[in-house]
Amino acid sequence: MTATTTEKPVNNGVNVDALLGAREALTKAPEAAQFKWRASVNWVNGTHSRTDVNGFFGLGAEQKHKSTFTFEADHPEIFASEDKGATPVELVLAGLASCLTAGVASVAQLRGIQLRSVTATLEAGMDIRGILGADSDVRNGFDGVKVTYKIDADASPDDIKALVAQSQKRSAVFDIITNPTNVTVEVK
Amino acid sequence: MRTTTVVIGAGQSGLAASWWLTQRSIDHVVLERGEVANTWKRERWDSLRLLTPNWQSRLPGYGYEGDDPDGFRTMPETIAFIEGYAKAIAAPVQTGTKVTAVRRNDDGYEVETDRGIWHADSVILATGAFNLPQIPAVARSVPAGIATLGANEYRNPDQLAPGGVLVVGASATGAQLADEIHRSGRPVTLAVGEHVRVPRVYRGRDIQWWMDAVGLLDEPFDTIDDIVRARNVASLQLAGYPDRRNIDLNSLTTIGVKLVGRLAGVNAEGKAQFSGSLRNVCALADLKMHRLLDAIDTWVTERGRDAEFAPPQRYEPTAIEASPPLLLDLTRGTVKTILWATGFRPDYSWLQVPVLDPKGNIRHDGGVVTESPGLYVMGLPFLRRRKSSLIDGVGDDARDLTAHLADHLGARAVQPRNVEQAAAGA
Repeated sequence: MTATTTEKPVNNGVNVDALLGAREALTKAPEAAQFKWRASVNWVNGTHSRTDVNGFFGLGAEQKHKSTFTFEADHPEIFASEDKGATPVELVLAGLASCLTAGVASVAQLRGIQLRSVTATLEAGMDIRGILGADSDVRNGFDGVKVTYKIDADASPDDIKALVAQSQKRSAVFDIITNPTNVTVEVK
Repeated sequence: MRTTTVVIGAGQSGLAASWWLTQRSIDHVVLERGEVANTWKRERWDSLRLLTPNWQSRLPGYGYEGDDPDGFRTMPETIAFIEGYAKAIAAPVQTGTKVTAVRRNDDGYEVETDRGIWHADSVILATGAFNLPQIPAVARSVPAGIATLGANEYRNPDQLAPGGVLVVGASATGAQLADEIHRSGRPVTLAVGEHVRVPRVYRGRDIQWWMDAVGLLDEPFDTIDDIVRARNVASLQLAGYPDRRNIDLNSLTTIGVKLVGRLAGVNAEGKAQFSGSLRNVCALADLKMHRLLDAIDTWVTERGRDAEFAPPQRYEPTAIEASPPLLLDLTRGTVKTILWATGFRPDYSWLQVPVLDPKGNIRHDGGVVTESPGLYVMGLPFLRRRKSSLIDGVGDDARDLTAHLADHLGARAVQPRNVEQAAAGA
């Protein structure tokens, strides 16, 4: 009734054994499960900024990505900006999209479902009177996010829906967006 | 005082254990803090009925003999049933005996009570899984002026101030209380996290009949992929209404209950914050229900029994409004009460044997506390089988665990010829 298991090997490029091993190991050693994710930003000019990610902490030690990844952020010209990068809110959508999609692949691998293609489009509504300070009753952030997946896989429509549902259940970014988080911003 | 086995708790688990110990000629006593079936008597609400039908209360050597096998017992009927069992099997119950400590010593266990100390070779903990309400940390941020109570303190709507009620949790308890309280004229907002949706009756039979028939209730714990998760699954969203009607989020929305996401926090302005995950938790529950119904339909078809039952049916997806509210101002006076239907947890504050995990649960292997030979636990969710926490499930668990216990004692436990048959009787 739960996982679909198939005879033929399924390969979505996810090492499920490693993930399950990590889950078991970290259940026994919860202190190693404590991670710190980091990013550092430099203002460039106007609304343009550049954010680097590389180092993070996890498994009890400092860790590094293979290289530094850089994200340019700016605003489009209709905001009187120079459009040197995605808007920060689009980066949030990219974060949600990639988190859910990684989850779809992992859950599919675990359930023995071969994926052929996975695409999704995301759309988030926003009333920009909030960020412009034009109406204090309007919130700054999204008034909702709509994600629409198209998935071609060796599974029934309900099993595919269950993949996407399980991916949301285990997604960090989905949790970050749907639940409040304390944010502390200091100036040194 | 000395005996071979001390059983702590005289609910269905402790009594079933007692029946089996007697069959195996193992000298024992059942210690009960209050009266037989104490939790059922004192810590549940007035209108509660069992969530399992009458026929499904098969205790070893005892069962339902009335004329309403598909009905659901009220609490007084449940209590009478368990008391009747205690009498029928002449269980050596010592009521009004509160256990204050259980310790291990050189020759077994010392069970300290407010009426003296018992020494025993083995102990069966049958105090249940539902002793204390599990109140989330967010409770500490609820503004003053709002009454809060746990589901174990709730009796009936008249106990609540007139005005709005936020019910937190939408499993069996939360859904039933939301229904009853909203119908009393107190508008209910229901905070919904992960839940398990099932119809009460499917293809003309009770869902419990199906789960029993297809073998789900007998699934053993050591064949389950992720037993930790299985043990933490929420209770089935069911009620034991005499008319056998369904209770689900759609039925609650129909009477006017407002659905919101899981209660995620209360912010500095006294606003309750709800998760934006409501749509997904409902999708998960709808999909899971349909997988269960698919499995039932497959079981029927594979046996060529389709003609015996009503045709298969599928249910409307849970209806969620376009933008469920994410905030509820608790300072405006519309919400007068918050009711925590967020589950229960066992109370082992008296257990001085180091067998608890960091979350306060007993480490056990199907009820055998391997780290402390001679110690057993019963009545926990999915202890040995999916039905372990049902009245119907304690008999099989008691048989298995007392067999292990008899081996442990190394006693020549007398096995009367008809023991296994007698268990199936009544």
